[in-house]
Amino acid sequence: MGYPYPPDEKETVVLSQYFGDEGARSYQGWVKRGGYQALEAALAMEPGAVTDVVKASGLRGRGGAGFPTGLKWSFMPKDSGKDHYLVCNADESEPGTFKDREIMRWTPHGLIEGCAIAAYAIGAECCYVYIRGEFTEPLAIMAKAVAEAYANGVLGEKLLGTGPRLEMIIHRGAGAYICGEETGLMNSLEGRRGNPRIKPPFPAQAGVFGLPTTVNNVETLAAVPHIINRGADWYQGICLGNEKSTGTKLYSVCGHVQKPGNYELAMGTPLEELIFDMAGGMPPGRTLKAVIPGGSSVPIMDAEDVKGCLLDYEGVVERGSMLGSGGVIVMDDSTDMVYQIYRLTRFYAHESCAQCTQCREGTAWTVKILERILGGHGKESDLDLLLDLADNMTGTTICVLSDSCAAPVVSGIAKFRSEFDAYLSGARPPALAAH
Amino acid sequence: MSDALVTVTIDGIEVQVPRGTPLIEAAKQAGILVPHYCYHPSLPAPAVCRMCLVEVEKAPKLLPACVTTVTDGQVVHVNSDAALKARESVLEFLLINHPLDCPICDQAGECELQDYVFQEGRAATRYADYAKRFNPVEDFGPDVLYIPNRCILCTRCVRFMEAVAEDPVLNVSERGDRSYIGIFPDAVLDHEWAGNVVDLCPVGSLVSKDFLHKARAWDLDRTASICPGCSQGCNMTIDTRDNVVVRLRPRPNMDVNRHFMCDTGRQDYRWMNRGDRIEAPLIRAGDKLQAVDWASALDRLADTLRGADGKAVILASARASTESLGMTHRLLDGFELTAAVRVPTGHEAPLASIPNLALREERTPNVAGAELTGYTRAWDEALDQAVSAQVVVVLDEELAPDEFDRVRTAGTVVVLGTVDHPAYQAADIVLPIATMAEEHGSYVNRDGRAQVYRQAKASPGMARPAWWVAAEAAGRLAEGRAVPATAGDAIVMLGQSIPALAGLTYQSMGFTGRPVASAAASGVES
Ligand SMILES: Cc1cc2nc3c(=O)[nH]c(=O)nc-3n(C[C@H](O)[C@H](O)[C@H](O)COP(=O)(O)O)c2cc1C
Ligand code: SF4
Ligand code: SF4
Ligand code: FES
Repeated sequence: MGYPYPPDEKETVVLSQYFGDEGARSYQGWVKRGGYQALEAALAMEPGAVTDVVKASGLRGRGGAGFPTGLKWSFMPKDSGKDHYLVCNADESEPGTFKDREIMRWTPHGLIEGCAIAAYAIGAECCYVYIRGEFTEPLAIMAKAVAEAYANGVLGEKLLGTGPRLEMIIHRGAGAYICGEETGLMNSLEGRRGNPRIKPPFPAQAGVFGLPTTVNNVETLAAVPHIINRGADWYQGICLGNEKSTGTKLYSVCGHVQKPGNYELAMGTPLEELIFDMAGGMPPGRTLKAVIPGGSSVPIMDAEDVKGCLLDYEGVVERGSMLGSGGVIVMDDSTDMVYQIYRLTRFYAHESCAQCTQCREGTAWTVKILERILGGHGKESDLDLLLDLADNMTGTTICVLSDSCAAPVVSGIAKFRSEFDAYLSGARPPALAAH
Repeated sequence: MSDALVTVTIDGIEVQVPRGTPLIEAAKQAGILVPHYCYHPSLPAPAVCRMCLVEVEKAPKLLPACVTTVTDGQVVHVNSDAALKARESVLEFLLINHPLDCPICDQAGECELQDYVFQEGRAATRYADYAKRFNPVEDFGPDVLYIPNRCILCTRCVRFMEAVAEDPVLNVSERGDRSYIGIFPDAVLDHEWAGNVVDLCPVGSLVSKDFLHKARAWDLDRTASICPGCSQGCNMTIDTRDNVVVRLRPRPNMDVNRHFMCDTGRQDYRWMNRGDRIEAPLIRAGDKLQAVDWASALDRLADTLRGADGKAVILASARASTESLGMTHRLLDGFELTAAVRVPTGHEAPLASIPNLALREERTPNVAGAELTGYTRAWDEALDQAVSAQVVVVLDEELAPDEFDRVRTAGTVVVLGTVDHPAYQAADIVLPIATMAEEHGSYVNRDGRAQVYRQAKASPGMARPAWWVAAEAAGRLAEGRAVPATAGDAIVMLGQSIPALAGLTYQSMGFTGRPVASAAASGVES
C-alpha cells in the first residue's frame, strides 16, 4: 500500500498489506493473519525443493543488484560439513530508500519467517539480521519479534518444534553506508572495519567468519513466505513487462511529489503511473525535471527518459538507469540540478570506506570541483575534468560506491549541461559561498 | 608437470608459471614489473591501491594483477592504453593530497611514488587551487614516526602488524579522504620487529628516527651482508655513506628471513663505525708494544709459533667468519689445541606468523661455522687451559679485564682484534683485523646454511681480514703451504680438509646462501 496513504488501486499489495496495521506486529497477530504457515510448508519440503520454488518464481534481489535469489541460494555448498550463515541485509542506507524500514516496522514476523525459510533452504543454523544503526524503532520492533519467535518455539533448537536449529541474532550497525555492501557488512559483523572485500572468494564460498554465507535484502526475504504460500507460478505471473522481472516491488517515492511514501507495484508498471497517479504528481504548477529511480546510486533520468519507462530491471536499464533499490527521487522544475548532484557526491565522499585510491580521492575531488562551480569560480575545463575523473572512478574499484558517485555526475552533465554552464558563465548567481 | 603449469602471454612474452600464481608474479617472470603499492609478496593482498590494474583479454574490466591468478592461455596487456590510463589516474589521485616535499623526505630516491610517477604519471596536476589534506606528524614508537601527509594508505604497515607480527596496534582511522593510519589508544609501535614497517612503506610516510635526515638515498652505497646479531642469519644490506654505516636493512631471502629483520639486529651497527681501532700491527719490544709493518709482524708471529710446542688455545668470537675461524685453527694445528667461542645469549623474539624466524637466543652469527671448524662453546674450560698454554690466540673477542689477567700468564699472547684496549699492552703480538663490515666472509647459520657477506666499507689503517693474517702466518711456518688470495679461496681451501665445508664456493652460496654438506637446512617455510 502507498503507506502512509491508503492503497492505490493500481498497486499490487503483497508485502505492504499490513503496513499501518499494528495488530500484525505481534506473534499472535501474525499467526492470526496466516503467519508461519509458509514456514511450516517449507519445512515439509526438501531444502533443495524450497530453493527450486524460489528459482521458479523469478524472484530477484531487492537490495540493488537484482541477482536471481534462488540461483544465489543454489551456490551454497552441499554437504560441506561447514556451518552456513544467512545474513539479512537491513542496513538500508541508500539515500531515497525507506522500504525495508517499513517492512521491519509493520511485519517483523513476516521477515523472520522469510529468513527462517531461506536459512532452511541453504542449511544455515544461524541468521544475522544486520540493522542500520539509526533505525532505532525498527530495531526495537524486530528485537521484540525475535524474542517472541523464540518464546513461541519458532526459532531455537528446532524450527517450529520440528525443523533444524535456527538462531537469529540482531546486529546493530554503527552508521556507515558501506556496511550495507554485503562484504563490508560481513567484515563489520566480524568486528572489523566495514571495508568491502575483494571477490572471489564469493560469500557462498567464504563469507562471514570465512564460512559459506548468503546475504539477502530485507525485501527479498520478506517476499519468500508469499511465494511459498501462493506458489512460484503466482509470483511469476505478476509481470507487466519483461518476463525476467517478476513479482512485486516496493518503491519509496520521495522528493517533489504530493504523496511521498512506499508503493508496491507489479513488475513492469509504468514509472509515470507511480509518479503522477499514485504519488500524486508534482506540486501544483510544477513540472517534472528529473527522476533518480533506484536510490541515489543510479544514473539520473530526465523527463524524456521517464516517458513510457516500465518499472522493472530491464525497462529502467533501457532508459539509461537502473532499478536499484527502488528509491524513486522525484525532482521538479524548481530543482537546481548542479546542487543536487553536489549533495549526492558529498554523501559518497563522506561514506567512502577509503581503501580504493580512486574512490577515496576521486569522490572528494569531485565534491571540491562541484563546490567551486556552485561558488561561481568554476572553470571551463571543469566539466571535462569531472567527466574524466568519473571515467577513472568507474569500473576500477573493489565495490561500486565509486561508480555510484560517478553515475549522477555523468548523467547530470549529459542531461543538464546548461545548468552547469549557467554557473560557469555567471548567468546564475553562486549557490554556495566561495571557499 | 603440464598439469601444474599454465601458459600466459604478458605483453607478448609467453611464460609458464604454476597454476594459482598471481599475475603480478607471472609478469615478473616475463621481466615486467607491474606498478603496485599495496601488494607485497610477504603480506596478504587486499587489492586496495588499484595501481596494478592490467588489461586481461576477455575480461570485462581491468583487473588487479596482485590478486588475479593466472589461467591457461590468458593474454595480458600491462601497458595497453586502458591500463596506462587507469594507472595514470591512480597516480594523479595519490598525488593530489601529497605534499611533494621530496627535498626533505628520507624516502626520496628510493620512493615508489616518485618512481612510478616519473615512469607513467601525468606531467602536471589538474588539482589546482585546492588545499591539501593536513595531519600532524605522529610518534608511533621508539624508532618510528608517521608523517600522514605523505601516506598513500596502502595499508602495508597495518597488515604487517596485524597479519605478520600479530600485534595489531595500527589501523586505518576515519573514512573517505579524511583517512589516515592510526595507532590504538595507549598502544605503542614497539614490537621487536616493528622497524620493518619503515621498509615496507613505499613512500616516506613511516620513517626511522634513527635514520631521519641522515643521508640522501642516492648518496648511499649498498652492500649485501648478513646480520651478525644472532644465529638466524637474516640477510641484510649495509648502507654506507662515505665509509660510514648509516643503516641496516633486510634483504629478501625466502628461506631465511623473507623480507624482514628484527629491530635488535637493525639497530646494532654503531660499533661498525668506531674510531678507536687498532690501526697497525704491534709487537713486543721490551716492556712496550711497537708498531711495525705486516711483514715484520707476521715474521714475529711465525717465529714465535715455530719455537713453541705443547698446548695452544684459541679464544674466539663466533662473530668471526668461517674463513677466519678455520684459518686460525689451521695455523695452530701442530699444537695440542683447545679452541672455543664465546656465545652471548639473550631472549628469543619470534616473528609470529613466520615459521622458523626469530631473533635467536644465541646472539652471534656463526656458532655453527665455529663448530664445523673445530671450536667448542666450552669457553670457561678453554680459559682454564689458556692459563698454562704455550700460545693463546684471542680472535676478534674482547676479553674482560679479569679474563685477560688470567690469560697473560700464558707463554705468548696473540691478539687479533679490532678495537684497541688498554689490556692489550700486556699481549705479545697485537694484530689489527677487519670487522665483518670491512671484509668478505661467510657465516653458517643455525640451520646449517652458509651465507656470504660482502665488504661494505674500508678498514682503518693497516687492518686486514683475520683469515688473511692467519693464512699468511701459516704460509711462513710451512714452506710451500698455499696461501689463499681471497676469502673465496680460503673457504675452498678449508673445504678440502673439512668435509662439512666441501664444495662450498662463493659462487654456489650466491646472494642467498646454501646448506653446508652436513646440514639438511630446514629454513623458513615459504
Ligand atoms: C555501497 C553499497 C551499499 C549497499 N547497501 C545495501 C543496503 O543497505 N541494503 C541492501 O540490502 N543491499 C545493499 N547493497 C547491496 C548488497 O551488497 C547485496 O547485493 C544485497 O544485500 C544482496 O541482497 P539481494 O540479492 O537480496 O538484493 C549495497 C551495495 C553497495 C555496493
Ligand atoms: S569503491 Fe570506495 S567504498 Fe568501495 S571498497 Fe573501494 S574505497 Fe571502499
Ligand atoms: S604509512 Fe606507509 S605503509 Fe602505512 S599505509 Fe601509509 S603509505 Fe602505506
Ligand atoms: S597492488 Fe594490486 S591493488 Fe594494490
